[in-house]
Amino acid sequence: MFNRRQFLGYSLGITGSMFLGPRMTLASVDTDRRFVFIIQRGAADGLNTVVPYADPSYSTLRGAIAIDPAESLKLDGMFALHPALTRTAEFYGEGEALFVHAVASPYRNRSHFDGQNVLETGGTKPNQLRDGWLNRLLPLLPQSKEEAIAFAPVLPLALRGTVAVNTYSPSKLPEPTEELLMRVAAMYDRDAQLHALWAEALEVREVAVAIEEREEAANLGTMAAGFLTTESGPRIAMIETSGWDTHAGQKGRLKNQLTKLDALFGSLRDGLGDVWSKTTVLVATEFGRTAAVNGSGGTDHGTASAAMVLGGSVSGGRVVADWPGLKPAALYEGRDLTPTLDLNVLIAKATAEGLGLDPELTMRTLFPQQVFDKSLPVLVSA
Amino acid sequence: MEMRQEVERGIALNRFGLGARAGDDHAGDARDWLMSQLEAYEAAPESLSRGLRSSDILSDYAERIRSSKDLPAPERMEIRQALRKEGRANYRLDVKLRVASAVETSSPFIERLVHFWSNHFALSIADPLVTWLAGSFEREAIRPHVLGTFEEMLLAVETHPAMLLYLNQSESVGPNSSQAKRVSEKKNRRLGLNENLAREVLELHTLGVKAAYTQEDVIQLALALTGWGRRIKSGAPVRDGDPYFAPVAHEHGRRVIMGTTYAQPGVYQGKAILRDLARSPQTARHVATKLARHFIGDDPPEAAIRALQTAFLDSGGMLPAVYETLIDRAEAWEPDRVKFKTPWEWLISSFRGLGIPEKPEMSIAAMLQQLGQPVWQPGSPAGYDDIAASWASPDALMKRVEVAQQFADSRGDLDPRDLALELLPGTLSDSTRQEIHRASTAQSGLVLLAVSPEFLRR
Repeated sequence: MFNRRQFLGYSLGITGSMFLGPRMTLASVDTDRRFVFIIQRGAADGLNTVVPYADPSYSTLRGAIAIDPAESLKLDGMFALHPALTRTAEFYGEGEALFVHAVASPYRNRSHFDGQNVLETGGTKPNQLRDGWLNRLLPLLPQSKEEAIAFAPVLPLALRGTVAVNTYSPSKLPEPTEELLMRVAAMYDRDAQLHALWAEALEVREVAVAIEEREEAANLGTMAAGFLTTESGPRIAMIETSGWDTHAGQKGRLKNQLTKLDALFGSLRDGLGDVWSKTTVLVATEFGRTAAVNGSGGTDHGTASAAMVLGGSVSGGRVVADWPGLKPAALYEGRDLTPTLDLNVLIAKATAEGLGLDPELTMRTLFPQQVFDKSLPVLVSA
Repeated sequence: MEMRQEVERGIALNRFGLGARAGDDHAGDARDWLMSQLEAYEAAPESLSRGLRSSDILSDYAERIRSSKDLPAPERMEIRQALRKEGRANYRLDVKLRVASAVETSSPFIERLVHFWSNHFALSIADPLVTWLAGSFEREAIRPHVLGTFEEMLLAVETHPAMLLYLNQSESVGPNSSQAKRVSEKKNRRLGLNENLAREVLELHTLGVKAAYTQEDVIQLALALTGWGRRIKSGAPVRDGDPYFAPVAHEHGRRVIMGTTYAQPGVYQGKAILRDLARSPQTARHVATKLARHFIGDDPPEAAIRALQTAFLDSGGMLPAVYETLIDRAEAWEPDRVKFKTPWEWLISSFRGLGIPEKPEMSIAAMLQQLGQPVWQPGSPAGYDDIAASWASPDALMKRVEVAQQFADSRGDLDPRDLALELLPGTLSDSTRQEIHRASTAQSGLVLLAVSPEFLRR
């Protein structure tokens, strides 16, 4: 049996800094398969993560923040991974990772709150559904006696709903994310007094944080793996990462973010051991970013982005995309990567195949407003 | 609403008050709203009713000390330690009650004045018994008099056991008093004067450090106050206005302070001096300067100080007359927000806007400790500074971001975009609005709101 005490035991066994960034929520179901949903809050830039290096418009649009093809990790004749994703590239090489590009939820505006609301509830419009698709997924699986536990002060929307999930707040206080610190800086930009004070505060902080963060991400993967490999323990985990909103200084920030994500994947895979073969990891964000670089070395809120599916049974080693291209006429509203695949179909298919469920029933349950699109190839062969 | 009215509403809520509360309706004239609070104010609101009375604290404390006297040393120590620990717990409760009262009040201008006066007559917890009494001091000596005369407040403060203990008045004995003589004969020990309270009465509570009093005036006042507070630790019941006066410790005789002779007997002598000090033009100037600094700016204009001083003197120290003058001064309604909120002001306004966290990771007292302004613990009888330079620092800003995260984390149900408009009427800047809109989570949007330039200042 997996209980609260064991849960606390894990958390105490790992260094105190683990709540710096990402958060984790766990749910127990009676299956031997594992499913991990990693949400990238803040609109992760798909174009610099899974880079369409062979698209002739890419380097022009991205200018100073374009990923140098010589440094990137080639996937095929069209796409390459950001150089920070070294471990992820290994998974791809072993056929255990696939990437889906030009994918978006049904949401077409550019508000983080609303975009995450759609991504997590599984509706087609913000606030259309009250509960989350991950919560609706739980009753499709044989029930376990154990309750789900959220390792965050607030239950993520994706897991809210009729199936009870307990929350447990860690005693270590969460520290501000890089994105929040950047926003504070932007807000103080025209305030001489606060601007000077804040610049000094950030300088002091930077040194200490850089070292801690990488360890943090790796610890979280190890901890998640610890829970997921416990006998009768939780089988479903949701990990919330944030800091993806790279409006300025994207080059360094995205590299930092992806380094952490890569470390999270690596430690999760290592910690899972043999269970990796029964695990599916899905990574998604609420929407993508503008195709072109903006005036501050960053990108603004966009539409389509990239998603990832990882795991021992994933039919990986390929990029799934109906690539729309980056020519001006091909861009959504003249500025964003145009969505050609539905993220919700991807979610339904990845969860169903990963957990051994019927894809159409899963689609109906998770995304009741939409119909299942059978054109997507098999993602996970359980 | 007209723009000017909107701006004035923001000033009334944030500069005079303790910050807006979501859902409160403040339509109408901002000045009228402030004046109406003089009627609405409650000295003893329901939220403070759980606070202990100083007389009960003292008699209980004295009783437990007495009963431990004949016990073996280890057990005696244990009782002392328990008293200390319970005192800390009682302090945390008092802080919680103070916060609740500040958050719930519908007369936030007057509540702010309570905090102002409590800081003017500052005590600082360290001594176990003062820690026990700090909350009762504010409830008994400050709150009932905040809309009365300065004189009555001064007397209530200087006769309150917490102040008499904090500034060591309880240890002061007239050198020629019968108690000093008896102790000197029997125990071969000399008891004498302690000038602490007398000095701070002149320097901090009334005339101000720049006033023309001398060391001799301090000694004369100290002699007049001998006997005050001498019996506090016996736990004797308080009689109205009686500062636990012990005639045996009083130095009899005439006192001359700043040229005036006081020949009153016993406790009446000290009271007569305090009454004169309360009415002094220098006291009026001192108080006027501090009020103007609090509401107008770090370096308030001379004209405003004079107007407040005149109102004080003309009314015989009637505080509402002074507040009314303040509300009438154009300088107090300048749209520029020049006062950087103290940690207390910032936390209270955040709680009023976002709600008090139900299960905070740390106690509210600890939050204030982390922010650098623990309640009733300025470390000096001068109280906390009231100028921006003391509070606006890199570390303080980072701390506010971190603390804001703590209470924002439990408020994922609020939409920071709507809340910003409601809490910062007439002042929300484009850049703040924009960053809040762009924030990637509701929680970070709430943090941004709480640390926005317009929310950090009032």
